[in-house]
Amino acid sequence: MRVNFTVNGRPQEADDVWEGESLLYVLRERLGLPGSKNACEQGECGSCTVRLDGVPVCSCLVAAGQVEGREVVTVEGLADFAKQRAEGGCASGACGTSLQNAQEWQAQGTDSQTGEGTELSPIQQAFIDAGAVQCGFCTPGLLVAADEMLERNPNPTDADIREALSGNLCRCTGYEKIMDAVRLAAARQSEAV
Amino acid sequence: MDFLRPASWEEALAAKAEHPTAVPIAGGTDVMVEINFDHRRPEYLLDLNRIGDLGEWEVGEESVRLGASVPYTKIMENLRAELPGLALASHTVASPQIRNRGGVGGNLGTASPAGDAHPALLAAGAEVEVESVRGSRRIPIDAFYTGVKRNALAADELIRAVHVKKADGPQQFSKVGTRNAMVIAVCAFGLALHPGTRSVRTGIGSAAPTPVRARAAEEFLNAALEEGGFWDNGRIITPSVAKQFADLCSAACNPIDDVRGTASYRRHAVGVMARRTLTWTWESYRGARRTTEGAA
Repeated sequence: MRVNFTVNGRPQEADDVWEGESLLYVLRERLGLPGSKNACEQGECGSCTVRLDGVPVCSCLVAAGQVEGREVVTVEGLADFAKQRAEGGCASGACGTSLQNAQEWQAQGTDSQTGEGTELSPIQQAFIDAGAVQCGFCTPGLLVAADEMLERNPNPTDADIREALSGNLCRCTGYEKIMDAVRLAAARQSEAV
Repeated sequence: MDFLRPASWEEALAAKAEHPTAVPIAGGTDVMVEINFDHRRPEYLLDLNRIGDLGEWEVGEESVRLGASVPYTKIMENLRAELPGLALASHTVASPQIRNRGGVGGNLGTASPAGDAHPALLAAGAEVEVESVRGSRRIPIDAFYTGVKRNALAADELIRAVHVKKADGPQQFSKVGTRNAMVIAVCAFGLALHPGTRSVRTGIGSAAPTPVRARAAEEFLNAALEEGGFWDNGRIITPSVAKQFADLCSAACNPIDDVRGTASYRRHAVGVMARRTLTWTWESYRGARRTTEGAA
């Protein structure tokens, strides 16, 4: 079957989708967006977290056909998504991230260690600055989940952060640095206002 | 496999009548796991996401009509006052990502003894509104669970909503697991005080082939509370009464040994949760009584 939906602000079309296929599979294998990670395929690990009509969900548990006509934001579009949010909407009318830009997206710039020269969302920059990335496999899901929490709750307590990220597992067990990163992003966000 | 995408409830009923083997999918948090792991290859998937009504709820005089697909997150955020037991249970479901998708309709459809909503629904008192092209009916929650992962639905029926009685007293929910998040219940317990009818209702999860009420325990406690005048005098419940209640709740279990826990552990833990939830709710009831009577 064919599925038409919006990915990172741009309309996309996926063809030859099997009816039992997950949104995660469509994103990774049909649209070439491997940022959302495939680990447990049962909603336990959160590494496939994306936003579906603004709400964080495990994309491995959404049937492809269920996203017809709906809006998905993946980690590849997070920097543009956050920028647009900070600017209070899409002034130019041509926002979002094209499929090609999303496919090529890397947090490299001129220095992959510091993220310098790349346009990152505040939460991505905070993860780099706090050293919250070890093997990196859980990072995309955590970024999407943490970004959504900071949008909803700009001044989270530690308990709020733990609760919001309770569906994302880090097998490197780097949770302390991840907590640091989210606190850092929250602090920077409140300074900026 | 075919993917059916009805745009309305009537279309969904027609599709289910035409294809009784179609598997309904809403939040997908049970169905997709089975498909991802190749445990299930349904001929038809019946997507219910386009039916907006299923995600809505209405607070009535006596009960809340909760659409089958109202996500747990919404129950936690919006129905804590009306359905405190279910709101507490909702908060223990998996993770935010899962609570954003999953709802009570799925819990009922899957009818796993470990579903988190069941003990709360049993304790509060509820009716499941199901419908087919043949008509609509309401199944009392006590008659809904018929076996391990089996329910009273006919092949052509779909779950539309659950009518849960609004709380008329304190309610509690307790769940045993290895950690706080992302955990399937080793066993769970729900308890609701109903001062209006001077009765107590319970619900036990994951400790029998189906979710069950501890009826003998309820009857014992109702009689003991009545006899001692507890509803009126608001005294603390005699420890021997609480213990007997807990023992009867343990006895209502019919658990198995499995990877999550042994049968004897489950029986023991259900007794502990029964005593604790009774104490918590009764303390809350006594507190509320004191407030309304203005006594110190």
